[in-house]
Amino acid sequence: MTPMLPDAEATLTVLADRMRGGVAPDAAFVGIYSGGAWIAERLAKMLGQEHRVGFLDVSFYRDDYERAGLKANARRSTLDFDVAGATIVLVDDVLFTGRSVRAAINELFDYGRPAAIELAVLVDRGGRELPVEATYVGARLAVARNLDIVLSRDAGGQLVLGAEARAGD
Amino acid sequence: MGARMRNPQLGKDGELTHLLTLEGLPEAVITQVLDTAVPFASIGEREVKKVPLLRGKAVFNIFFENSTRTRTTFEIAAKRLSADVINLNIGASSTSKGESVLDTIDNLTAMDADIFVVRHSESGAPHLIAAHLNAIGRRHVHVVNAGDGRHQHPTQGLLDLFTIRHYKHDFRNLSVAVVGDVLHSRVARSLIQGLATVGTPDIRVVAPNTLVPARVESLGVRVFNDMREGIKGCDVVVMLRLQSERMRGALLPSVGEYFKQYGLTPEKLALAKPDAIVMHPGPMNRGVEIDSAVADGERSVILPQVTFGIAVRMAVMSIIAGSQGPRT
Repeated sequence: MTPMLPDAEATLTVLADRMRGGVAPDAAFVGIYSGGAWIAERLAKMLGQEHRVGFLDVSFYRDDYERAGLKANARRSTLDFDVAGATIVLVDDVLFTGRSVRAAINELFDYGRPAAIELAVLVDRGGRELPVEATYVGARLAVARNLDIVLSRDAGGQLVLGAEARAGD
Repeated sequence: MGARMRNPQLGKDGELTHLLTLEGLPEAVITQVLDTAVPFASIGEREVKKVPLLRGKAVFNIFFENSTRTRTTFEIAAKRLSADVINLNIGASSTSKGESVLDTIDNLTAMDADIFVVRHSESGAPHLIAAHLNAIGRRHVHVVNAGDGRHQHPTQGLLDLFTIRHYKHDFRNLSVAVVGDVLHSRVARSLIQGLATVGTPDIRVVAPNTLVPARVESLGVRVFNDMREGIKGCDVVVMLRLQSERMRGALLPSVGEYFKQYGLTPEKLALAKPDAIVMHPGPMNRGVEIDSAVADGERSVILPQVTFGIAVRMAVMSIIAGSQGPRT
């Protein structure tokens, strides 16, 4: 059964409004591939903070390597600023178990010691398996565990939320 | 030996579980390795040059034949993946082939090895080890061929492909010349097979007839005895090391004559495309197969090859160690 999902573009506007005034003016936006990267770019533009935007592919830090192997299509992480001493807003599309965020924080520390890390997510669907909480949330949803909430981009570049049966379940 | 045995390097879903040869390795697997090496290549620029993928795993470099560079780059690659590395140099003379090699493997497996990186002077030795591990049900122990006899050197072939793709972006409109002792070169064999698999339209072998392997044309290769003719218009020139022991076998008249005909000089390189790159797997013999002015010149990508070799070996080890074992 497909749950009712909010409009991704409207949710992004809500998230940006909630961040305005809260995010440090010199903060860097770091998106987790792939959905988080799109949102980080959009948020940085909406908040006028495009000077420091980076992207993380957490494939080399995931905790399911032992059972699932290395994910194909790992991308190069790009952080073209000094992470040491920086205030970083980590950005992801969907916050679920918290495992991707754990991997992203570990990877960030291999670049340097940030002054602070905040977390912004488009959607928080609950179901945490680690003690991770977002600083800024666009929308909160209750979704059955056997569904994945997936962010995609349509031909016009508009963000769209969808639901799929969870891989492996 | 290799041709008679079933290829054990792919798992039940076609995923790479050992890396033994580029012969018959599907294009999708080659592309997966090259793509995965891209993010690994940038780890060298970070504060902490390590990722935790192989934490708690043990990589055994077992070299029955000496090699400083290959062993060192495998060691760095394994350490950047956070693995523990054990280096064993076992003189080929102290082993009586076949059985005793497998005894060595059984002993090291009992010490909880996860990956064996194997170099051996006998063609097919890594293949034999992989088949043995598969047969005794050690499905989570993986083998990487680091050079076997005259047969294959697949990670060198992959790092050569990575280097070519890095500078030329696409294989589908390239002319690549492989120059020198192709007959005795496992590097050349792996590279030519890899180039053919990824769809390189123009692969040339440039060598005297005494150093051209029989039936090399069956790989889709054109043979040139005249070097000026052979490298004309090429995008990539790969020079091979001339092994001095070949001189004794009366395959060649003299080193001086060889350099005159097949040594890469600035004057001969001018016949290739203006933006052609020059590669060499090392170690180089300056003044034998390559002039110093070319080796140290701006078209040379010989040192970047070494750096890329670390990333490619990280990609290979992290893909095989994460695979679910061989076909059963």
